[in-house]
Amino acid sequence: MSMYPIVEARFLAPDVKWLAIEAPRIARKHQAGQFVIVRAHEHGERIPLTIAHASAKNGTVAIIVQGVGKTTKLINTLEAGDSLVDIVGPLGKPTEIENYGVVAVIGGGVGAAIAYPSAVALRQAGNAVLSIVGARTKQLVILENEMRAATSELFVMTDDGSYGEQGFVTHKLQQLIDERRIDRVLAIGPTTMMQAVAELTRPHGIPTIVSLNPIMVDGTGMCGGCRVLVGGENRFACVDGPEFDAHAVDFRSLIQRNRVYRQREQAALDKFHETHTCRLFTTPGSQ
Amino acid sequence: MREALPPKERTKIPRQEMPERDACERAHDFGEVNLGFNAALAEHESQRCLTCVDPKCTRGCPVGVKVREVVELVLAGEYLKAGAKLREDNVLPAVTGRVCPQETQCEGACVLGKRFAPVAIGHIERFVADYERAAGAAGLPERAPATGKKVAIVGSGPAGLSCAGDLILRGHEVTVFEALHELGGVLVYGIPEFRLPKEIVRNEIDNMRRMGVNFETNVVIGKTITIDELLTEEGCQAVFVATGAGLPKFLNLPGEHLGGVYSANEFLTRVNLMRAYDAEHYDSPIYDCRNRSVAVIGGGNTAMDAVRSAVRLGAAQAMIVYRRGEQELPARQEEVHHAKSEGVQFLTLHNPLEFLGDDRGMLTGMRLQKMELGEPDESGRRRPAPIVGSEFVLPIDVAVVAVGSAANPLVQSTTPDLATNPWGYIVADPYSFRTSKQGVFAGGDIVSGAATVILAMGSGRKAAASIHEYLTTNAW
Repeated sequence: MSMYPIVEARFLAPDVKWLAIEAPRIARKHQAGQFVIVRAHEHGERIPLTIAHASAKNGTVAIIVQGVGKTTKLINTLEAGDSLVDIVGPLGKPTEIENYGVVAVIGGGVGAAIAYPSAVALRQAGNAVLSIVGARTKQLVILENEMRAATSELFVMTDDGSYGEQGFVTHKLQQLIDERRIDRVLAIGPTTMMQAVAELTRPHGIPTIVSLNPIMVDGTGMCGGCRVLVGGENRFACVDGPEFDAHAVDFRSLIQRNRVYRQREQAALDKFHETHTCRLFTTPGSQ
Repeated sequence: MREALPPKERTKIPRQEMPERDACERAHDFGEVNLGFNAALAEHESQRCLTCVDPKCTRGCPVGVKVREVVELVLAGEYLKAGAKLREDNVLPAVTGRVCPQETQCEGACVLGKRFAPVAIGHIERFVADYERAAGAAGLPERAPATGKKVAIVGSGPAGLSCAGDLILRGHEVTVFEALHELGGVLVYGIPEFRLPKEIVRNEIDNMRRMGVNFETNVVIGKTITIDELLTEEGCQAVFVATGAGLPKFLNLPGEHLGGVYSANEFLTRVNLMRAYDAEHYDSPIYDCRNRSVAVIGGGNTAMDAVRSAVRLGAAQAMIVYRRGEQELPARQEEVHHAKSEGVQFLTLHNPLEFLGDDRGMLTGMRLQKMELGEPDESGRRRPAPIVGSEFVLPIDVAVVAVGSAANPLVQSTTPDLATNPWGYIVADPYSFRTSKQGVFAGGDIVSGAATVILAMGSGRKAAASIHEYLTTNAW
């Protein structure tokens, strides 16, 4: 059986962990916007996670895991030296990178970190990249320095005003749209945030791309569980996406589909908490 | 060892029935339904074989199993030799002995079948394979001296495995790449435990490992490694693409995005590959079917697998919804019979129009229209036509759409010089299995569209012969 060693593991924020995993083939092939599917143990589920960083030189890919359910909380107990039983990828289509002009890259919560490779690639393609990073509170703002280095301007928004400006990422986006020309928007984060961004840019006709996170099993097009309605048509996020034209996505059905297993997930989490003492953090995630 | 009987005596023996678990018992768990022949039943059944000089059964078999010779070895009590004989043509006898539609292949061609029931070849095959597994001594065929040539097989389903089995015997180095975390393709994600225990697939794959085949899981060819990289950096002289049909088809009806609506692929993958039926020990969830109504749309073998899985997941009502009549059901009769005896209801001549849900987006029902059969269509089956004013709502909690699959685009999308047809399937020569790209061969469902395990295996075998020829001559 193959095992994939974790070579680096550190918390970026409470319940948000950065894990670098030895996976040389994936590292070599990764392009911004692609994801992996991982399985933590032999009886575990397959979960999709966007690749936050890849180093072809070191043969590693990094994922950022927010502990919200049993599987993610379990993964967040792993340390360097532990292993994942499975990692497969890079899956999905990469972010479309061209010189669009001025691109606003919006990241909510963990989305801020997983937007990072796309922000870097957009900047390298000659775009002026404006980043808006949103979090509930200061503690949850992650990879701020990296994002700042990768972008022309960085705006930090917190719900409680504990850091940066108080408000949602959409407030800042609205302000930027009012002030200057924005040629394209890339939004990655909670589905409700991406929906709000889509509604904001729609009347302005600004091309807007979102990275969707539907329920997925195999990640290769085989199961159809990740189907989303885009422009009234069935599209599979795993092979046709995960990035889509935000203005064509039916967010309502996506949000509802993502809740299908909520009861089962809660039961699994309760049972997990009964049997595990979390090693470090127990605060609930920000989503 | 039995004495051979005169032909007239042989025809007097009735076909031996497959022992199966009681329907009331088996409908509550995922244990295997068919119990298999014991040695006495296998010998008794083998005595019925007329040992034809020109065995029609072998010609009826997509991989050309030498049935007569196998049967003769069973009669001689040489079960391990019978196993080795099977493996000369069929790398997965324990699998095909369980899931082949023998009635249209070897048994359909059996001359006994003209006046009597055909020899139960499938049951004998299964007996031999199970015997050698129980003995822990599968009779593996001889391997030719190493050729130094390297072949990559894309996909570890039936087509890929049978191709790998033949190529390894011819002395080539063979690596099979699988995208999922478990080997076997549709044999492990699609066909349920009660029809094909996963242990049997694992055992057959272990036999192939012992023959020298390399396996790599978690590699998506087209993504992790491209076809071009296989042919260059990975040092392969040939590639066989056997990725299967892959993408599930949907009905494109309103409400198909509601929670509780699954493709058969997803439903079966959760149940089989991810073991969702064992929620106590496995983490992948499936929508709770206990005491609920589950409707499976479609009439093929996959639909039967899904609906019988729903029964075992505790569904209060498990239904097949099929727009044509019972005569037109494409599933094997054995599957339909098993489903019925396990309590599955058949709503034939019913066509779904719409899925209905509540304000949380969960499925609550399905609007159906009754149908009647008209004149035969281009497929030769009578065309169903709607009965005006017959619409009604059927309350259901879970729906499984089992109406076939389409071509998976992953390999093709990153291999631009690999020609595809308008439906996205790979174009391969029907005899040589060569694609438009030198060194690349393709077979199984990704060429033919969704078919059966054994047809995919047949194409894997023929492709192996063609690949061997290419590796030997270097002429494209």
